Amino acid sequence: MVLVLAAGAGLVLAACSPPTTGAADPVRVLAAASLHAPLDELLAAHAESTGGPAPLVTYDGSAALLTQLREGAVADVVVLADAASTSQAQDAGLLAGRAVEVAANTLRIAVAPGNPLAVTGLADLARPDVTVVLCAPPVPCGAATRTLLADTGVEVPRASEEQAVTAVLAKVVSGEADAGVVYVTDVLGAGGAVEGVAIPGADRARTTVSAAVVAGAPHPDEAGDLVALLGSAGARVVFARHGFEAP
Amino acid sequence: MTGPGSHGGRSPVDEGARPRTVPPRPLGPRVPRVVTLAAGAGLALLVLPVLALLVRADWGSVPAAVTSPEALAALGLSLRTGAAATALCVVLGFPLAVLLARSQGRAADVVRALVTLPLVLPPTVGGIALLYLLGRQGLVGEHLDALLGVRVPFTIAAVVLAQAFVALPFLVLAVEGSLRTLGTGYETVAATLGAGRWMVLRRVTLPLAAPGLASGTVLCFARALGEFGATALFAGNVPGVTRTMPLAIYTAFNGAGVSPDTAVALSLLLVGAAVVILVLARAWRPGVRA
Repeated sequence: MVLVLAAGAGLVLAACSPPTTGAADPVRVLAAASLHAPLDELLAAHAESTGGPAPLVTYDGSAALLTQLREGAVADVVVLADAASTSQAQDAGLLAGRAVEVAANTLRIAVAPGNPLAVTGLADLARPDVTVVLCAPPVPCGAATRTLLADTGVEVPRASEEQAVTAVLAKVVSGEADAGVVYVTDVLGAGGAVEGVAIPGADRARTTVSAAVVAGAPHPDEAGDLVALLGSAGARVVFARHGFEAP
Repeated sequence: MTGPGSHGGRSPVDEGARPRTVPPRPLGPRVPRVVTLAAGAGLALLVLPVLALLVRADWGSVPAAVTSPEALAALGLSLRTGAAATALCVVLGFPLAVLLARSQGRAADVVRALVTLPLVLPPTVGGIALLYLLGRQGLVGEHLDALLGVRVPFTIAAVVLAQAFVALPFLVLAVEGSLRTLGTGYETVAATLGAGRWMVLRRVTLPLAAPGLASGTVLCFARALGEFGATALFAGNVPGVTRTMPLAIYTAFNGAGVSPDTAVALSLLLVGAAVVILVLARAWRPGVRA
């Protein structure tokens, strides 16, 4: 029994050992969910050109990523969806060096193809026959949505608040929600699965995407290269292809 | 020819069956109809969602979805972490169960209540609690980081700990239950015959507890496999490192990466695993009944 106990303790300790930083260990990227398409493309191209292992990317809402970093998640590069999240990370000492602005995004209303409920603007989201899903306030898309709603003075009853913009898009794509406020890039990325309704004055809630090296990154050099790549003119072309604007 | 008696016209056979003039009914108390209806609704609540999952599945795409690299990574991770968590639960839970089964009084009641806490606690609360114990600024985590450079959260170890946290009560309660029903008679006899504590534990208690331990282990593994909330908060959602099956399903369903079809296909994989676990648990049940 003592042996079994010792074996068990050993097992736990072995599993707890700090993450190794060997050559085969991939660079870890934490990225806002809205950047899924362009980042996958950029990182795959980067891995091919360097011959190294493909970076390990976790896509989630910026708020969740911040919490994970604050609580000690090991990562090399973080890509956050707005300036507020980025400065929070900066202020909390989670970043090494300055963050680089890589792209910008604006909001749009996603509805079913053909816009069957004839949603024409934010005011329509308050209609009782329209089931609406929004991003939760702590995530960038939610903060930007709140800004626009406050500007227009519309009170929107929402069926759900999601922690990542992709979750809002998924509810509209699956038909569980009639409308959701997402990024322009999400509407483009969904192909024909949703239709976008422009929001007048959406520029007032423009979000700026930034990339930075994480403080204590296990691969600081590769991380620096990656951040530089994301801020490069070549990356801007890829971002633009996915509907992002220049920062 | 009919007799003058009150049984005129009845044959002797009928006469012999007289005590059973009331048509025979199934034994046991009759249940009011409303109870039967409610029971049916309860069963429907349990079965219909799974049925809907089976109907909704795009079966043509299931093989490709469940054999995609992401799905296989999540499944492999779930099986490995689930097995590690179960091993941890057996190693730590069996002694706890033996101690509880052999203790009386208030202290034992308090310990038992503490053991069942994760059962009634939302797993997300468990995740935050683990983070506040072992996180970077956690009670113990701070020192682990400063002294040893060990960081537990958002690693595969965090997955195992989160799973063990929620699964351990299942093992402890199953083993304790089986030990309590058996009583301490055999152990007392063994002790009076001169067996030492270790001898009694190895040769009497362990074999007696084996059926309970087996079913507890199966339940424990099933719970570990399904763990989501504590894992999401304490271990995060890194593909291949901490993204277990339930997290992969959540991620796929929310659209970051793959499609809802993948979520359905992965769910089917877990339903399959659950069925296998149930079959295994049933196979052991006769032993428990002994």
